[in-house]
Amino acid sequence: MLKELVIGLETTLKNFFRPKVTIAYPEEKKPRSERFRGRHELRRYANGLEMCIGCELCQVACPANAITVQAAENDPANPRSPGERYAYEWRVDLLRCIFCGFCEEACPTGALRLTQEFELADVTRQSLVWGREKLVSDQRTDIPVPEAVYPEFRGHQPLAVIQPGAQGRGEA
Amino acid sequence: MEAWWLLLVKSVGLVLLLFLIFAYLMLFERKFLGFFQLRHGPNRTGPWGLLQPFADAVKLVFKEDIIPASADRLIYRLAPMISLFVALAAYVVIPVAPSSGSFRWGIADPNAGLLLLLAILSLGVYGIALGGWASQGKYTLLGALRSTAQAISYELAMAMSLVGVLILAGSVRLDDIVAAQARVPFIVLQPVGALIFLICIVAETNRAPFDLPEGETELVGGYHTEYSGLRFAMYYMAEYINMIVMASLLTHLYLGGWHGPLLPPVVWFALKVAAVLFLFIWLRATLPRFRYDRLMSFGWKVLLPLAALNLLVTAAVVVLA
Repeated sequence: MLKELVIGLETTLKNFFRPKVTIAYPEEKKPRSERFRGRHELRRYANGLEMCIGCELCQVACPANAITVQAAENDPANPRSPGERYAYEWRVDLLRCIFCGFCEEACPTGALRLTQEFELADVTRQSLVWGREKLVSDQRTDIPVPEAVYPEFRGHQPLAVIQPGAQGRGEA
Repeated sequence: MEAWWLLLVKSVGLVLLLFLIFAYLMLFERKFLGFFQLRHGPNRTGPWGLLQPFADAVKLVFKEDIIPASADRLIYRLAPMISLFVALAAYVVIPVAPSSGSFRWGIADPNAGLLLLLAILSLGVYGIALGGWASQGKYTLLGALRSTAQAISYELAMAMSLVGVLILAGSVRLDDIVAAQARVPFIVLQPVGALIFLICIVAETNRAPFDLPEGETELVGGYHTEYSGLRFAMYYMAEYINMIVMASLLTHLYLGGWHGPLLPPVVWFALKVAAVLFLFIWLRATLPRFRYDRLMSFGWKVLLPLAALNLLVTAAVVVLA
């Protein structure tokens, strides 16, 4: 019996000197996956224009109805985004959000990103509805504004001229 | 006999010191249990969690003092006080360093110091038994019954293993017993006795693996289930101060008391007591709780005969040699 006791005591004593497995949370944080989905962020192009063009696809894609987008026309003299429109209002209710990332997938310009930020606790419901003033990033990315997204308009022409082979497929 | 004011100063000092040691023993127990389980333990209050005892104290003071409607109010209030008083009183006869000239480190120095100590310690069970009884709950009553039965069965073996030391030292004064270990501590001469004594003091202080009186998995909190706030704190203080008393006793009886090279006697004594206290925590982190019937049969069928045999052999060797 004594031998077993000594073995047990030895085991616990070894553990005593081992490094701790606890992560002291506020000081050190658990490493997160690169693809971790935290709160939203609306990014900017390299020249400082907002990437969001107010297309509302994220709002449509959102399964939890957390996102509300209202677009407005850009002022040509002082545009907010390179497109025709920009997100006049872009709200996400982080209490409704399920962090599925569908909005990120739906975004045609890649403006919307889910960041690594996950510490979203607060004391009121209102303060967790984040608007564009909090979500639009201050930093510029190194992504240039895409140019010549659409081929230039060269007048109305038969489809066969623009897209050879398309007619054949249509007939079959 | 010393001047009354000196005795008063010493007594107040002793009580305060014991409270302080209790507070930090508790912190270190939680810390070390954490370390054993690969955790950090409390580390939020102050540097390294060193202010945790004060946070606990403030919390306990402000807790509501609940007395169950069916409880026996007088005894319910008295029981934790008995427990704490007995634990504190026991330390009176334990010296922490040799007397130098007219100054004595201990408060009292009765001729039968050890016997007095054992007598006081035996009273401790009243606090637990009465507290469990007066709470009028089934868990508290069961806890109290277990505690009483356990204390009685293990006290026998403990006293029996002590007698071996007394035969070797030829005295029941703790100073003399320590003086007799100037060259060889009694743990070398009495390994079986020391082991029995160690097991018994763990059982006496209701510590794991013998913590059945407060076995939380089956008895909620055992005898102190109904207690809250300061009265609960008193039970806790009593338990931990009892640990300190028992660790000091083990140090004096088997580990050579304050004898040791280089360092001053008080430091040696403190170090040895700290080592024994660490052993208590270590045991708690390692061993699972006993089953109650096995606890009883272990006490009566193994420890008591073994202690008797140890006593017999010691006496025979001392007489023949």
